[in-house]
Amino acid sequence: MTLNLHAIRAIYVFEMARTFRTLMQSIISPVISTSLYFVVFGAAIGSRIQEVDGISYGAFIIPGLIMLSLLTESISNASFGIYMPKYSGTIYEILSAPISAVETVIGYVGAAATKSLILGVLILITARFFVDYEIQHPFWMAAFLVLTALTFSMFGFILGIWADSFERLQVVPLLIVMPLTFLGGSFYSITMLPPFWQTVTLFNPVVYLVSGFRWSFYGSSDVGVELSVLAILGFLALCTGIIWYIFRTGYRLKV
Amino acid sequence: MHAPASAIEIRGLSKTYPDGFQALKGVDLDIRSGEIFALLGPNGAGKTTLISVVCGIVNPSGGTVRVSGHDIIRDFRAARSLIGLVPQELTVESFESVIATVKFSRGLFGKKRDDAHIEKVLRDLSLWEKRDNRVMELSGGMKRRVMIAKALSHEPKILFLDEPTAGVDVELRRDMWEMVRRLRESGVTIILTTHYIEEAEEMADRIGVINHGELVLVEEKNRLMKQLGRKELSVHLQSPLDTIPTALAGRPLELADGGHTLVYSFDAQAEESGIPELLKALGENGIDFRDLRTRESSLEEIFVNLVRARA
Ligand SMILES: Nc1ncnc2c1ncn2[C@@H]1O[C@H](COP(=O)(O)OP(=O)(O)O)[C@@H](O)[C@H]1O
Ligand SMILES: [Mg+2]
Repeated sequence: MTLNLHAIRAIYVFEMARTFRTLMQSIISPVISTSLYFVVFGAAIGSRIQEVDGISYGAFIIPGLIMLSLLTESISNASFGIYMPKYSGTIYEILSAPISAVETVIGYVGAAATKSLILGVLILITARFFVDYEIQHPFWMAAFLVLTALTFSMFGFILGIWADSFERLQVVPLLIVMPLTFLGGSFYSITMLPPFWQTVTLFNPVVYLVSGFRWSFYGSSDVGVELSVLAILGFLALCTGIIWYIFRTGYRLKV
Repeated sequence: MHAPASAIEIRGLSKTYPDGFQALKGVDLDIRSGEIFALLGPNGAGKTTLISVVCGIVNPSGGTVRVSGHDIIRDFRAARSLIGLVPQELTVESFESVIATVKFSRGLFGKKRDDAHIEKVLRDLSLWEKRDNRVMELSGGMKRRVMIAKALSHEPKILFLDEPTAGVDVELRRDMWEMVRRLRESGVTIILTTHYIEEAEEMADRIGVINHGELVLVEEKNRLMKQLGRKELSVHLQSPLDTIPTALAGRPLELADGGHTLVYSFDAQAEESGIPELLKALGENGIDFRDLRTRESSLEEIFVNLVRARA
């Protein structure tokens, strides 16, 4: 099979142009809000909290905060990217073009993941102004970053195809993803929780992401790194399967 | 693979929407390479559905479609890259600049960047001056021009225009027909849908009439126009005839109404209608009549009759 590379490029460039046109909303505002987290949690509250796992609280929350932004931004970028043409009707062009699901997904998901990666790196740089941190396993750090951006951009893509209204587009990030992320150990180590809640927490997929990501920084984690990698690869496989099903059946795209 | 003499070959095409509504009922149609084909039919006839299936926007429920010999499902890349579509609904990427949205379409269809071609398309459609404007800043007519530019951006061999003149100003209409003629000269096959008969008459080489998801008729426009230029004289007889008397043979006559009516058709444009001679011949053969009536069949009428017959 030969890929329609011109088409992938066209979608990718188009989507990236949308990002830079809305630079304020897509890049700058997440960086600012994350900086506020550093100020509030890192500096103000952090000064009263003991070290966690031998790391200063300000440094401890960095991986979690990056994950928080990465998740929410990946989902919103990708879901919006595919929801808009559906909503405006311009999807007719995508559907009538000589492209398969593969090109469509690479274009849209690739662009959304790129944006999140840029954002993640910007937050990492911004964090430097507030706290000192180290990255013990740079390769794994980058791998977690890329895998998470990719996986959740795919999840966002699915969400954008499923959603048939702006409310639905927002309800999943707001009611499911946000709570899971906040309870995903971004701001605390799960060992700080009572045993019962520790067990409950293990059903939260975000815990594995944050834990693995934090391990790549400081070498310590709540759950095994292998488990983290498996969890994210599993979710990636799940999303790929759903997208495959969507295009095979034309679900919500074609009648 | 067989020789692609037809630009499009549709066989037994049917479409049932998820709500159970059958919008296409076994359509067979061949679009010849290089022709302008008008698909004529009232609202809800299935024109947009037919186009949408060919272009890959709607899944067919049955039947096959080949575009230049390429099956639209098995060989969708080859089939689709030949097609340009200007849909009925005005849908645009509002926030993009005109030129960006047109270049996007070209890329999407797998063509490598060609600024000269994009410039030509935009100039032809009087969009060049507006190329850096956001699409949302344009008037409705200009937006439609943008949609045409998108469809032409990748140099399609087959162009679909779905109700191209619905709600369009006179100027754009004129430009559009100009463009359609030029494209045809360069070998592009054009399929347009309309519910205006004059439009089909003006532009098309052939006309297909669709109603309730069935293709009722496909005919050369000129043949239809000849019928349009034909008149009929109905002679209502005193006593019915079983056959046309040999004395009248050689004339374009038919018996209708159980032999009570003799129908004579003639060319309205011709110098001699042949009516005086016919009437004389009737008298000489002792065929009496009560009444005479002439009538002209218009395309409108042909169309209405066809549509009513299937209703
Ligand atoms: N998505 C759909 N679901 C159900 N019925 C539809 C859908 N789209 C079109 N139809 C119905 O199919 C018929 C043909 O529609 P369409 O192809 O748009 O007709 P035309 O373009 O000739 O006006 C209409 O009765 C229309 O209501
Ligand atoms: Mg229509």
